[in-house]
Amino acid sequence: MDRAVKSMLEVKGLRKVYEDASRTVEAIRDVSFSVGQGELVCIVGPSGAGKTTLLKCIAGLIAPTAGAVVVEGTPVIGPPPAMAVVFQEYGRSLFPWMTVHDNVALPLKQKKLPAERREELVRDALSAVDLSGVDGAYPWQLSGGMQQRVAIARAVAYEPHVLLMDEPFAAVDAQTRADLEDLIRVLWHRLRVTVLFVTHDIDESVYLGERVLVMSHAPTVIMEDVTIDLPDERTQLETRSMPRFGELRKHIYSQIQLAKQGWRPPSE
Amino acid sequence: MPAARTTRVRARLAARTFVWLQGLAGLVGFALLLEIAPRVGIVSPDYLPPFSAIMVALFNEMTTAEFWTALGDTLEAWAIGLVISVVAGVAIGIAIGSSHLLRSLTHSTIEFLRPIPSVALIPLAVLLFGSQIQSTLVLVVYASFWPVLIQVLYGVQDVDPVARETARSYGLGTWAQIRYVTWPTTLPYLMTGIRLAAAVALILAITSEVAIDTQGLGKEISDTESGGAVAIMYAYVIVAGIIGVIVNLGARALERRVLAWHPSMRLDAAEAGA
Amino acid sequence: MKDLMPSLPRRLAVTLALPVTLIAVWWITSADSQSFYFPPLQTILQTFGKLWFSPHALSDVGPSLWRFSVGYLAAAFLGIVIGIPVGASRNLRNVLEPVLEFLRAIPPPVLVPVLILFTGLGNEMKALVILFGCIWPVLLNTVAGVRALDEVLAETVRSYRIGGLSRLWHFVLPGASPQIFTGLRQSLSIGIILMVISEMFAARDGIGFVLVQYQRTFAIPEMWSGIILLGIIGIVLSLIFRAFEAWLLGWYHGLRQSQRAG
Repeated sequence: MDRAVKSMLEVKGLRKVYEDASRTVEAIRDVSFSVGQGELVCIVGPSGAGKTTLLKCIAGLIAPTAGAVVVEGTPVIGPPPAMAVVFQEYGRSLFPWMTVHDNVALPLKQKKLPAERREELVRDALSAVDLSGVDGAYPWQLSGGMQQRVAIARAVAYEPHVLLMDEPFAAVDAQTRADLEDLIRVLWHRLRVTVLFVTHDIDESVYLGERVLVMSHAPTVIMEDVTIDLPDERTQLETRSMPRFGELRKHIYSQIQLAKQGWRPPSE
Repeated sequence: MPAARTTRVRARLAARTFVWLQGLAGLVGFALLLEIAPRVGIVSPDYLPPFSAIMVALFNEMTTAEFWTALGDTLEAWAIGLVISVVAGVAIGIAIGSSHLLRSLTHSTIEFLRPIPSVALIPLAVLLFGSQIQSTLVLVVYASFWPVLIQVLYGVQDVDPVARETARSYGLGTWAQIRYVTWPTTLPYLMTGIRLAAAVALILAITSEVAIDTQGLGKEISDTESGGAVAIMYAYVIVAGIIGVIVNLGARALERRVLAWHPSMRLDAAEAGA
Repeated sequence: MKDLMPSLPRRLAVTLALPVTLIAVWWITSADSQSFYFPPLQTILQTFGKLWFSPHALSDVGPSLWRFSVGYLAAAFLGIVIGIPVGASRNLRNVLEPVLEFLRAIPPPVLVPVLILFTGLGNEMKALVILFGCIWPVLLNTVAGVRALDEVLAETVRSYRIGGLSRLWHFVLPGASPQIFTGLRQSLSIGIILMVISEMFAARDGIGFVLVQYQRTFAIPEMWSGIILLGIIGIVLSLIFRAFEAWLLGWYHGLRQSQRAG
């Protein structure tokens, strides 16, 4: 796959400290990495590793205490225009008073696209996630997996340059999760979009990613940036039974174990 | 670490005090508005005396026996009416709610009678009881009975059928079933019903005093208005409001107390309640 | 564990059984009534037909319903418009809450004498009384509804840069609407009560006025028929409201049903 070398997303020295009336929590101490255009990067770490905080800082939903996030050369001070987020709680991120079609179309209306183009994008997005028949249904009439597909379709229709996904399949059953993982790879290949995928599932991160960033426990730093040198064509059955898959998995697993014990890489 | 905990507790106390101060600021601002508006001429002081004048009138009134009698009359009508409504609501609610047949039979009648405004009964009450307390009671009971009944019905319907079957299989009689199964489930709903009923009962008590001229705060208000004692009238209005706030807060506190050790499980009652 | 839906005739029978029985009992027990205050039901119904199906009935009922509509709709509008910013801002809420709690605790009929001072006995007084009474449930429920908006949905809205009016129309209003409707429903009953009370006091026309006239002149069957009419108006308005709510909040009922089932 032909990729431009230019960097799509840069995170520089990100630090996030939560302070309220009663206590101070340093969620993220120092995170720096960059993602090239069209890459699919996974972020994995133990619970409490501030993964969601990191994602929300990148998405411009939370302001970092120090450091910067740069998307396509522009620093992020609020939600950037070319970015779409898929949240874990699909049930709560879809508008229950709108049909599937209107849910997917709303951000496009915000972009002031003409009606014809909107319809085209909605149709294509829904068929890309295999939901062509349900555009008149309401989200609560659909199963969990289908609801998450709607959320993905909405993100896809938006034509983002960067797609952020915050543990999107954590609340979904295993079989549906496998289908959705494959769906992400297919969409990623087709749309050439840059994807940042946060998960707590190590297998998932190895299966999906070209790179996996392993996070430490809070206060979070990056333990390691693992390159996944598995073939580009991946299937659930074959790829997961490859020896290289097992090695990578074991390596990341042991890193996570170290992270849980509080070990962190020596600071520069 | 004790030091850290003290800091945390102190910080939370500071936050709560700040909220109190904000609320106080709002009240003070409102009082200032009432003080300034008539003085500056936005409103004629004949229609709305300055806040200070109203306060003076209020304190003067509070030294008269008449004030306390009126207050007592209102509260008496409120309390008696509320007690009747609650007792009737619970008794009828549990009786109807426990039987599916009774529930379906009475459903249409209840939905039919519920929206009838209690004030429609004013002429009848006047004819029958004149300006005595019974007129007020008719209105108060009619209006505050329904919230209690509806909530109790919700509550009885919410009883876990498994629990009920278990009780029956252990040979518990009707009375025991009600005491050990129906009542605990219904209690939180009843609390919501009492809260709603208490507010409605007070409003109707004062309303009927205004409309029918029975003894009480409402009568004082309408009398002082026709007599031109405007500052005193507003003083009584404020008293009515304060009593209302006390009743509302008291009912809410009671509800929270009862619910504190009761697992809260319902969207319906919360919706009906706000 | 729900019963299977019984057939339509059976449902109809169950719905009508008790009301029909009660009416029949009323009819029979009052048939020979000599009581001044409780005339035979038959007489009441005859009077009802005579009074309220006549052309001049409109001049009695019309002004009442007009004042009610104006007061109620104004209260709904203001309640929502004020409630949204208050619900959205914690500081505004903290400052205003005690004042609002106090104002809403004042029984609206108490304001009738107060408003007579300001606006005399005209239509404005009555509409204002209705407004003042109806605004609180709407306002307070709007505040509650806006406060309870789903956080994840709020973040989604932010992430897609949906702001301003669009956010209000597509997110805030629909999201708070179930709670707002609870307030509107409560206001409906309050509004009817106030409409009648304000007319009983000081009016030249209207249902309340007419009712008091009948009572004062001891026109008992007419008075009873007026009571029944008020009851019917209450029921009809309630039904209209429910139909409107079912249409607007269809999505919400579906959502809750699926939540309960799931």
